[in-house]
Amino acid sequence: MANIGLYMELKDGVFKKSNRELLSLARKGGHDVQAVIFCSDVQPYLEELKGIQAVIQVTGADLSYQPDRFARTLASVIETFQLDVFCGIYSAQGKDLFPRLAAKVKAGLVSDCLAVDLGARTAVKPVYSGKLLAEYQIEGERALFTVRPNVIPIDPPAGSAPEIKTAAMDNGETQSRITEVIKGASQKVDLTEAEIIVSGGRAMKAKENFAVLEDLAKVLNAGVGASRAAVDSGFASSDMQVGQTGKVVNPKLYIACGISGAIQHFVGMKTSKVIVAVNKDPEAPIFKKADYGIVGDLFTVVPLLKEEVKRTLA
Amino acid sequence: MNIYACIKQVPDTEASILIKDGRTINEANVKWIISPYDEYAVEEALKLKEKNPGSRVTAVCLGPDRVQNALRTALAMGADAAVHVECAAMLDAQNTARALAHVIRADKDFGVIFLGRQAIDDDASQVHLLLAEELSIPAATNVLVFACTGATARVEREIGEGAREVIEMAVPCVVAAAKGLNTPRYASMMGIMKAKKIEIKKVALAETGVDEAQNKVRLLKLSAPAEKPQGRVIPGEPADAVRELVRLLREEAKVL
Ligand SMILES: Cc1cc2nc3c(=O)[nH]c(=O)nc-3n(C[C@H](O)[C@H](O)[C@H](O)COP(=O)(O)OP(=O)(O)OC[C@H]3O[C@@H](n4cnc5c(N)ncnc54)[C@H](O)[C@@H]3O)c2cc1C
Ligand SMILES: Nc1ncnc2c1ncn2[C@@H]1O[C@H](COP(=O)(O)O)[C@@H](O)[C@H]1O
Repeated sequence: MANIGLYMELKDGVFKKSNRELLSLARKGGHDVQAVIFCSDVQPYLEELKGIQAVIQVTGADLSYQPDRFARTLASVIETFQLDVFCGIYSAQGKDLFPRLAAKVKAGLVSDCLAVDLGARTAVKPVYSGKLLAEYQIEGERALFTVRPNVIPIDPPAGSAPEIKTAAMDNGETQSRITEVIKGASQKVDLTEAEIIVSGGRAMKAKENFAVLEDLAKVLNAGVGASRAAVDSGFASSDMQVGQTGKVVNPKLYIACGISGAIQHFVGMKTSKVIVAVNKDPEAPIFKKADYGIVGDLFTVVPLLKEEVKRTLA
Repeated sequence: MNIYACIKQVPDTEASILIKDGRTINEANVKWIISPYDEYAVEEALKLKEKNPGSRVTAVCLGPDRVQNALRTALAMGADAAVHVECAAMLDAQNTARALAHVIRADKDFGVIFLGRQAIDDDASQVHLLLAEELSIPAATNVLVFACTGATARVEREIGEGAREVIEMAVPCVVAAAKGLNTPRYASMMGIMKAKKIEIKKVALAETGVDEAQNKVRLLKLSAPAEKPQGRVIPGEPADAVRELVRLLREEAKVL
């Protein structure tokens, strides 16, 4: 049995869905589990945290994300509460925070895990852009893991409420300072954590045409992605790019519209549970990789699809 | 200012990767390239140098003999010097960072250090931040916009949903590049000729005080992921195909 710590990420106060994935992972295996959460009021999250031993609430005058402060605070929490294994989400913040934390607590870190054995301190993660899987083991006093979103099935929280412990935020000097957070255009869905993604390629032909995909995305509550060709042609912004040099996404449904299916695109979305391709070329390589395909003009097919989804989900 | 770009040599993105003996890949027929994010790092280093006359760009790469080609490419793009940390062993991210830090620390005057946000072989996305911790300097990763006014750097980094963090930090600092930071230049003919004349400095791994035995993260094995079974194209007129697709997504795949 190990002492497991979990870093719970909040987004504007909202408990991230992937936290539930971490909790589901940790509740199995009979470990002592403590969740760390930076917040001034822990009550709203207690329901989610049922069935683990404790929640460590980090409080302080300023709880806004500054990587130095968060890393130092977590390092001291790990020492104080003697957490041997510490896990977080492989999110934008997890990618920024965990390597710094690993250096501070002098622990090995395996990032972007698909599966973790918390007792054995082993994990499986994709390497070579998902062309292979690697199994790693962490040695030493402590071990850190970040887990890819949307992989671990969620079990509903059950059991008794956790004990509440507290720790203080380290508000000391920072080497770097986040001076501003610029919000994205409208409330876009974060692609790396999206459940459904509709993506467009070079075939979109113009920036305005992405409205066709956005309409479908709206009825599906999906994020909108793009191929590199669409980004390089100026039809989509670079944060929308899926693939080797863009984002690795892992939705339950990925709908590729007018995308040929180049290897560099495929490695960014191949772990999607279901892939749908819409392409007017029946020979397009994407059809070899998709679960379902429709051969046709996306400008005809996508609006029809939107109407059909709207009808069925109504 | 002495500017650094740490680059890793990785298999070409098109290469099919085969496992050799459970823990390594078959390197026969693999074409090697500079990891794509590290190309952005080199380009940004060169741009910074152009804005600050008198600066120098040094490319650093740790790996076996073959990585000298990656360093030659960086020199041909315009780097002034190159350091090869000779290492045939498999180091974990922490040890890689320590070895790179040893090289950079030897230069009392190091300024901005550029890396990629992740190497596309191990996809660890750690070395840049570990390097900064090792050198006790600030760092930002996934950087899309970089500006430097001598003593301070201002960067914007992507944090998802199109949102960005604006970060200010003192120089020296570590900046890890995302796609979109710039468009890497191609090496010119003149650059290639010039690069041939530059001597790549070699540093033996032992000199850095790092060795494989200190790895905390050990690779146990590599395996091939399960292949997806071939899917099917839904026949019929668009309207009929779409209706059938939605039915399949609901009833068969259960994703709607
Ligand atoms: C180092 C490197 C990194 C890369 N990284 C990435 C990456 O991260 N992401 C990425 O996506 N790519 C990446 N690429 C580029 C990749 O190789 C492809 O060039 C790119 O994915 C192609 O984009 P596409 O499918 O949109 O365009 P194309 O390959 O041009 O395909 C367009 C498709 O649209 C179809 N089409 C045209 N009109 C219509 C219509 N009206 N209706 C339906 N279908 C239509 C065509 O039949 C065709 O199949 C990378 C390449 C390199 C070398
Ligand atoms: N062997 C290496 N030599 C030089 N730089 C490296 C090496 N390994 C990693 N890096 C740098 O660190 C970044 C992140 O690598 P990684 O943590 O392996 O994903 C890369 O994009 C490189 O800039």
